Amino acid sequence: MNALVTAGDEMLASGEANPKVIIDCKLDKVFYGDFLAVRDSHVPILKGHITGFIGPSGCGKSTVLRSLNRMNDLVQGFRFEGKVHFHDQDVYGSGVDPVVVRRYIGMVFQQPNPFAMSIFDNVAFGLRLNRFKGDMAERVENALRKAALWDEVKDKLKASGLSLSGGQQQRLCIARAIATNPSVILMDEPCSALDPIATRRIEELMKELKEKYTIALVTHNMQQAMRVADKTAFFSVEISKSGRTGYLVELGDTQQIFEDPREELTKQYIRGEFS
Amino acid sequence: MSGQNPSLPENETAVAPQLQRSWVERRALRSALLSGVAWIAAIIASIPLFSVLYGLIVRGGHRLSLELFTELPPAGFEEGGGFGNAIVGTLVTVTIGALISIPIGILAATFLGELEPDGRVAQAARFCAKTLTGLPSILAGVFAYAVVVLTTGTYSAPAAGVALALLMLPTVVLTAEEAMKMVPVNMKNAAYGMGCTRSQVIWKIVLPTALPGILTGVMLAVARAAGETAPLLFTALFSSYWFVENGHAELMAPIASLSVLIYNFSGMPYENQIELAWAASLVLVLLVLLFNILARVLGRKKV
Repeated sequence: MNALVTAGDEMLASGEANPKVIIDCKLDKVFYGDFLAVRDSHVPILKGHITGFIGPSGCGKSTVLRSLNRMNDLVQGFRFEGKVHFHDQDVYGSGVDPVVVRRYIGMVFQQPNPFAMSIFDNVAFGLRLNRFKGDMAERVENALRKAALWDEVKDKLKASGLSLSGGQQQRLCIARAIATNPSVILMDEPCSALDPIATRRIEELMKELKEKYTIALVTHNMQQAMRVADKTAFFSVEISKSGRTGYLVELGDTQQIFEDPREELTKQYIRGEFS
Repeated sequence: MSGQNPSLPENETAVAPQLQRSWVERRALRSALLSGVAWIAAIIASIPLFSVLYGLIVRGGHRLSLELFTELPPAGFEEGGGFGNAIVGTLVTVTIGALISIPIGILAATFLGELEPDGRVAQAARFCAKTLTGLPSILAGVFAYAVVVLTTGTYSAPAAGVALALLMLPTVVLTAEEAMKMVPVNMKNAAYGMGCTRSQVIWKIVLPTALPGILTGVMLAVARAAGETAPLLFTALFSSYWFVENGHAELMAPIASLSVLIYNFSGMPYENQIELAWAASLVLVLLVLLFNILARVLGRKKV
């Protein structure tokens, strides 16, 4: 381990007013088969914060994000060294059900992916999955309001989720994710398929949502990280004979990362010297 | 090359460029020719269906009446009569075939499309299904004869159902698998991300989303089975009586069907029977057409 990789731990030690770590992510090595995809990436996710993951493509930021709720289990050949703790429990511990983990750590994907069912059923899906017994209509309305979509769809809840525009679909996916009240929402480039106006709406939404939820956000858009993230993790990629391996370069307050980065690599990336 | 391409302008300031299509140019001619050939081929391809329909309407149309659906087939020199029992028989045998092949087919497709798409078992099963599509239908009849008719000791609707199921199965499996593969990975990921187990993903997301495609396959299989004759000859045989007689349905007995009726009556020396065969052909084609239209309607329905 070198100085770079302990950046995250340092930040914890220096700390701030109320740095409760909700997901303690210490990935030392992540493999897909024999291929080392990510190394030395320790990214603590702080409660009530938005943690932005930035970096050039192929730097493993999505891989790290998807390790947090075990979505990588679906990829053949995935294995890792290190640990991921959620509320001090080992997410990969024996006996831990990945299905249950994902009910606490929800996810919003790059491509809006509503189910081929009505708007109402999309939001109610997770509730029904968890055998929710209360007032379904109220919960669905709340989730849609929180996702800033209610006014646009309240008259057509029976319409197909796929009939909405891209930006609306993505907000529907966010409503679907928050309907079950997860603790953490992982967002994997949620705006990259959207136009600038829809992107702005989703960004405002993220800022509102962090009052209640913790968000980890992968973005290829530095300005987006600057606008919404409280903490920013910068990843980079090194190319060796065996392939491209991503790693965490620097982690800190967003302002510090963008205005006064400690690492030369971060400086170059922020200045746009490579992407 | 130069003959095929419009001459490129020498420089920008030359005379105003010619943008109109030039019909003497070789590539424009070739394009028009190919479009014409494709049109003619498309028309030729649809001639058989329309000529068959036309022939059937001309020859069998005038016999269409309510009587056909309510009366039993006439014997020898009898006048009039109908083939109500054959319509019922076709529906009964096809229903039995569907009840056997649809559940097995969809479950097999789930295995092929979702559970173990690249496994050895899946590859073997897929190969078998594809081979089965080309199975001569008479062999399906022979198979059902050996397995069901010989063991039960009688020609029957279930025996015919087994033969038809064998013919329907590959269509159901292959189209259902294809429909399930069309469900976007994104959508499945979303379901996993919501905390779905694998079986929940299949039951709540994959199957409902793929349903229109699956139903299309089922309807095509049903349409094919309804028109089959050869597999019924050794299994259903024929009957001149109603399937339900005096409020009692005898399952384990020979049963009538439209296709076998056509086969039997078309070879008879009586004018009445031959006319009935034409009318039955028309009804059968309309039935198949109905299933095909249903397949299209169901396939188009989204959400």
